[in-house]
Amino acid sequence: MSDSFYEHLTQFAYLVATALFIFALKWLSHPKTARRGVLAGVLAMTAAIGGTFLHQEIRHVVGQSGFYEGLKWIGFAIIAGTIVGIPLAMVPLTAVPQRTALSHSFGGLAAGLVGTAKYMLWYGEGEASLNKFRMTAIIVEIILGYLTFTGSLMACGKLQEWIPTRPITYKNQNLINLALLAVAIGVGVLIIFKPMLWWLFPVVVLLSLTFGVLLIIPIGGADMPTVISLLNSYAGLSAVAMGFVLENKLLITAGALDGSSGFILSVIMCRAMNRSFTNVLFGAFGQVKASSVVAEKRAVKSATAQDAAQLLETANLAVVVPGYGMAVAQAQHRVRELYDQLTKRGVDVKFAIHPVAGRMPGHMNVLLAEAEIPYEKLIEMDDINSEMPRVDVALVIGANDVVNPAARHDKGSPIYGMPIIDADKAKTVLAIKRTMNPGFAGIDNELYTMDNTLMVFGDAKAVVGDIVRALAGQAGH
Amino acid sequence: MQELDLWSMIFVFMLATFIGFEVIRNVSRLLHTPLMSLTNAISAIAVVGSIIIAGEQKTTATTVLGTIAVFASMTNIISGFLLTDRMLKMFKKREPGK
Repeated sequence: MSDSFYEHLTQFAYLVATALFIFALKWLSHPKTARRGVLAGVLAMTAAIGGTFLHQEIRHVVGQSGFYEGLKWIGFAIIAGTIVGIPLAMVPLTAVPQRTALSHSFGGLAAGLVGTAKYMLWYGEGEASLNKFRMTAIIVEIILGYLTFTGSLMACGKLQEWIPTRPITYKNQNLINLALLAVAIGVGVLIIFKPMLWWLFPVVVLLSLTFGVLLIIPIGGADMPTVISLLNSYAGLSAVAMGFVLENKLLITAGALDGSSGFILSVIMCRAMNRSFTNVLFGAFGQVKASSVVAEKRAVKSATAQDAAQLLETANLAVVVPGYGMAVAQAQHRVRELYDQLTKRGVDVKFAIHPVAGRMPGHMNVLLAEAEIPYEKLIEMDDINSEMPRVDVALVIGANDVVNPAARHDKGSPIYGMPIIDADKAKTVLAIKRTMNPGFAGIDNELYTMDNTLMVFGDAKAVVGDIVRALAGQAGH
Repeated sequence: MQELDLWSMIFVFMLATFIGFEVIRNVSRLLHTPLMSLTNAISAIAVVGSIIIAGEQKTTATTVLGTIAVFASMTNIISGFLLTDRMLKMFKKREPGK
């Protein structure tokens, strides 16, 4: 059959893949249809890969050297990728953020390598092949690809705590980083105009790799949801750039879907912290000095797990405010037991989810869903806040800055203006905390010293376990 | 490349970005983590470019680069789809019988 027949077949497969990718994301909008979305995605990817094997050059190679010789490299890579991919899909849900970062890094790497290979191939064909359009696309692809590669590796290392999670800063950091990026772009522009100066190419690659590392070093753990979303967007955009290099519309479409998704998530995360992109990337949040106004030491009222059990038991409406601390303590299954005990007693229990609770967008929802808490009990911040004054007990587990009332009124506070969950408006607040040490951002939390707040000190898992036992014990009598 | 192709690619990029915004804005916040792992898998569409480079076998160096890129993308495809499905299975309304 003729080449043009195969070309049409490839394009048709790509068209089907594009439609299916859009459906995949559309179906993901609701938990009921979401799994159908995954199926659509798998079918789309299968069509895309199948169509690619019909590519003229690949059929040519297979025709000349046979199936085995022609496809052994690809086959090997596909098998190896599958072998590595399966365990990566089985990580505990607390480790999903680092797996996601690793995945962005692989995406960036693939884009960078394909861009590099394409430059080498066209370089071999001579200057006429390296026109300005192709060179521009390649330079955008490799800068985005390689900086996403190392940046995401750093983010992964921080989340896995191989690298210190607190921001690492030094003098003139932003100046150095921006200068480095400017030099990378400058050299990139130069090579677009002088494409035969091949040694400029590795310079751009090295600068991009270095910039990726330096960009992420100053970013602290609490900013990870934004950074991961941003890197997600970069990984998508580098696929778009690859599409421009290879003149492939499927790559452009799928990359654009990913790019816009990452962008939307970054915007949501930034809004949830009342910060701008520049502030996240160049602000080194953890370094912000807490407001100089040292609150006068107010007395903290502490309570035992038994007290907490009694309070919860007599409530009509209780709201749990979970934070990353709950995940660190692995307390989510205990929380589920608590949910069961209270629901049995007719207490209405809801969960208030702050958008940046956890280490990536939606992280807290997945952790609670794993503990088999029904998803309609997971309420978004904006929806729960209007109910807060009616709440009898707000139980804060491992959350800190997202319930700090200072964000609403203290103009001197670094988190001023950040939308928070109004736990303080509940009739009683129970806060489980290890010690009185301030949270990640180093800011005192006045919630803990309020008149209607009771502190329960201890490890979140142990304390929730004690409350559950206290409740169960009473039932036995 | 013909200028027409360049422009049609830019059109495709713009339209796909708009579709992306519209579709993703409607994704429930509950599902943002699965959304990200699904888009991870989707952006592993880079596998298409990687297969072309690895399959053309024009030079040894580019075949090696392409092969590594196929490996990296394939990892994302497999782990992205499997992980998304694994997480979505956990989102239940109320377990039956309770």
